Amino acid sequence: MGEFTLPRNSKIQPGRRYPAKDAKKPRTFRIYRWSPDDDQNPRMDSFEVDLASCGPMVLDALLKIKNEIDPTLTLRRSCREAICGSCAMNINGVNTLACICSIKEQAAGDIKIYPLPHMPVVKDLVPDLTHFYAQFASIKPWIRTQSPMPTRERLQSPEERERLNGLYECILCACCSTSCPSYWWNGDKYLGPAILLQAYRWIVDSRDEATNERLDDLEDPFKLYRCHTIMNCTRTCPKGLNPAKAIAEIKKLMVARRG
Amino acid sequence: MEIQQHLYDVIVVGAGGSGLRATFGLAEKGLKAACISKVFPTRSHTVAAQGGISAALGNMHPDDWRFHFYDTVKGGDWLGDQDAIEYMCKDAPRAVIELEHQGVPFSRTEAGKIYQRPFGGMSVNYGGDQAQRTCAAADRTGHAMLHALYQQALAHGATMFVEYFVIDLIFDKEGVCRGVLALDMNEGTMHFFRGHAVILATGGYGRTYFSCTSAHTCTGDGGGMVLRAGLALQDMEFVQFHPTGIYGAGCLITEGVRGEGGYLTNATGERFMERYAPHAKDLASRDVVSRAMTVEINEGRGVGEHKDHLLLNLMHLGADVIHLRLPGIAESARIFAGVDVTREPIPVLPTAHYVMGGIPTDIHGQVVQKRGDDVNAIVPGLFAVGEAACVSVHGGNRLGSNSLLDLVVFGRAVAERCAEIIKPDTAHRDLPVGLLDKAMERFETLRNANGSTPTADIRLAMQRTMQKYAAVFRSGDTLAEGKAKISEVFDSFSDVRVADRSLIWNSDLIETLELSNLLEQAVATMHSAEQRPETRGAHAREDYPERDDVNWLKHTLVWVDPAGKTRFDYRPVHMHTLTDEVASVPLGKRVY
Repeated sequence: MGEFTLPRNSKIQPGRRYPAKDAKKPRTFRIYRWSPDDDQNPRMDSFEVDLASCGPMVLDALLKIKNEIDPTLTLRRSCREAICGSCAMNINGVNTLACICSIKEQAAGDIKIYPLPHMPVVKDLVPDLTHFYAQFASIKPWIRTQSPMPTRERLQSPEERERLNGLYECILCACCSTSCPSYWWNGDKYLGPAILLQAYRWIVDSRDEATNERLDDLEDPFKLYRCHTIMNCTRTCPKGLNPAKAIAEIKKLMVARRG
Repeated sequence: MEIQQHLYDVIVVGAGGSGLRATFGLAEKGLKAACISKVFPTRSHTVAAQGGISAALGNMHPDDWRFHFYDTVKGGDWLGDQDAIEYMCKDAPRAVIELEHQGVPFSRTEAGKIYQRPFGGMSVNYGGDQAQRTCAAADRTGHAMLHALYQQALAHGATMFVEYFVIDLIFDKEGVCRGVLALDMNEGTMHFFRGHAVILATGGYGRTYFSCTSAHTCTGDGGGMVLRAGLALQDMEFVQFHPTGIYGAGCLITEGVRGEGGYLTNATGERFMERYAPHAKDLASRDVVSRAMTVEINEGRGVGEHKDHLLLNLMHLGADVIHLRLPGIAESARIFAGVDVTREPIPVLPTAHYVMGGIPTDIHGQVVQKRGDDVNAIVPGLFAVGEAACVSVHGGNRLGSNSLLDLVVFGRAVAERCAEIIKPDTAHRDLPVGLLDKAMERFETLRNANGSTPTADIRLAMQRTMQKYAAVFRSGDTLAEGKAKISEVFDSFSDVRVADRSLIWNSDLIETLELSNLLEQAVATMHSAEQRPETRGAHAREDYPERDDVNWLKHTLVWVDPAGKTRFDYRPVHMHTLTDEVASVPLGKRVY
C-alpha cells in the first residue's frame, strides 16, 4: 500500500498564538514556521495584527509582525514594489509577491501564509532556490551572436522589440514554477515555466543568433515537454506575464522546424 | 567559531549594476574574482531604476558628450569633480552601446536605434534646449540592465557567493586592505575572503530615512565598514529627494513621466513649476523641483485632507504613450495609490532617493583619503564604485539617469585598474595572527546582544529623526537639534536586543548589522549637514540660502569614531578637466 500522509517530521503542528491587545481592526495571520536549528516539526503561528496601524499589503503586516511581535520571523524582502522578486510566497493558497498582495482583497477569515510550495525550506518563509537558479544558468540566458559587432547599437525595429514585451519583464520570483504540478513532480529535470519563458525571451530576440542551439537544448522529453498546459503559471504570475504562452510558442517552433 | 578561508585575486562586495560590471570585467582580464552579495544579484536595487541611462548618442537630435558634461557639472552645483565628470560623460556612448551589445532590451526609435527620452537638467548647447539623452527600456531600464549584467556574469563564469553578508573589511597593520569577513546566511558559517583588492559596490544608505524610494536592503554596508576602518566618507550632507515618490508608499515614479510630458499641479490646479523654473519647468534638476514642491506644501497649496502632497498629471499623454513608454509606473500607481493614470493624477511627495556622498575615490575607483598635505592618498587594496562611492561625478545633486551610467562606467574602470596593478594568481602574503579578532568580536557581541531595545525600534527612531531634521530644507537650529537626537539614537544601539539566536538565515541579526551601518552614516549625514553653512545642490539651508564658493567650494570629509563623535576635513573640488577636449565649466549661477 502506498503511504498518503506526510512523513512524521513534516506534519505541521499548531503553533503559538499572539493576540493583539486593544486592536481596532484585528486580523489574524497564520504563518508557517520552521527552524533548521532544532528537531521540531513545522508549525503554524497565529499573529493578530491591528490593521488600523498597518500598511495595506501583506508584506506590511509581515514586517509589522517582525518589528513589533516576533523578530525571529524570517522572510526575504527588498524593493517592496514588485520589481526585485524577493518576497514571493504562498498567501491564501496563491503564489504571489507579499509586497503587492492587498490585505483587504483577501477572503474573510485568517490569512494563511506558507513558503513557495514544493521547495526545500531554509527557514520559515525562505525557500531554497538554488536549483531554480541553476536551471536558469543552464539555458545560457545571455545573448549569443557570431556576427561581428557593429560599432554602434544593433538596429531593432519597434515591431521586433515589441516581441520581447511580456517576456523581459520577468523578475525570477519563481511564483509560476512553484505553482506548477509538473514542476513539483519533475522539477529535477523539467525546467518549469519561469526558465522556459526566459529561454523564449532569447529565442524571439531578433538580435540573438543562437535560436537553433537554444531549441536543440530544449529538445528533450523533460526540459520542455513536461508542460501539460495546466496554466497555473499564467494564473499566478504577479507581473501578469503568460509563461504558458511562451512555452506553447517554443513547442510550435519545435514542430515548425521539423518541417 | 570556525572560519573558512578563500583566496581570490579580487573580492567584489555587492552584485548590483556596478558590482556585476566590475565582476565580469575582472573575469575578462583573467583575474580570479569572487562577487559576494547579501541578495541574489537580480534582487539588487539597480533593478528598481526606471527612467533610463544617459549618453550623448545623438539618436534623437545632434548631441555631444560635452553638453552632457556641462549639464552634469551644473546639475551638481559645481561640487562635482570635472575631470571625473569628463571621464564619465565621454565614456557614456561606448558604455550604452556595450549594454545594447550585451542584450539590454532598449526601447527603439522608428529607425531601430535606441530610444532616448528627455530628462531633468539635460540640455543641448550648454544650457540651451531640452535634450533627449536618456536611453530607456520603457520605464524598466534598471531591471533590463541588471538582468543583462547578471547574464553577462553567468556568461563569463563569474564566481558568486549569494546570500553572504559581509561584516567587515580586514586591514593589516600597514593599512592595506586584505579581504573581508562574511557570514554565509544559508549555512550559518563564517568565511574570510582574501584578495589583493576589495571592491565595495554596496550601494547607498537610503534606509536611514523613514520615507525613501530605496529598498529595505539599501543600508550602506560598505560605507559603514569604511567608517569603522577609521577612514573618512565624503559629501555625506548631500542626499537627493526625488520629486515624485508615491504619497504614503514612497515607491518611485520615474522622472521619465515628466520627460514624456507629465507635469505637477498644486491644490489650485496650477502648474507651479513654471514659477520656479521658467525655462525647464517640470524638468528642472531634482533638487530644484523637490524644493519647489516643499514650498508649495508649506505655503498651504498642497492637496488632500492634510494638504501635504501634490499631483503628477499624465492623463493627457493618452493610453498609447503610457502603455508604450510608462507601463511600469501605471502598474505601480494602480497598486500603491489606487490610481488609473489614464484618468487620474498620481499623488506624489519628495522622497529620499539617492545619496551623492560616499566613499571617496579617484576615477579608477581607488579609495582616496587626505593624509597630511596629500589630498589624494590612496588606500592600498581598497576600491569603491556605484552609489557607495563618491568619485565625485554627481557633486551636490545627481541628474536623473546619470546613476545607471555611473555604475557601468566606473564598474568597468575599476576592473581595468585592478588588471593594471594585479597579476593573476599573485601569491598571497602571510597574514599577521589575530587579524580577524576585532571583526569577529564585533560580530559575536551583536550576535549575543541582550539589551532591552529591539533593532526595529532603534531603526524607526533613526528614520524619524533623519526625516524630521535632515530633509529637503535644513537650518542651523534644527540641525543642531537633529545632531543631539541622532546621537541619542546612536547611543541607544549599545542597548540593542537581538532576539534570534540562530546562525542560519538570522535576519534579525542581519538587520542589526545593517542598522549599525546605517546609524554611522546617519550621524555622518546629520553632522555634515550642520557644518556646511551654505545652500548647494540638494543641501538647502534656510539660514544660508546662497552658495558660498569662497568658503565652501570643497568636499567635506567626515570621520565617525566608535563613540559616534565626528571629525571634519576637506578636499578640493577638481575644477580642471581630464584632457583639453573640453573646457572647465566656470562657476556660474544655477538657473533652470
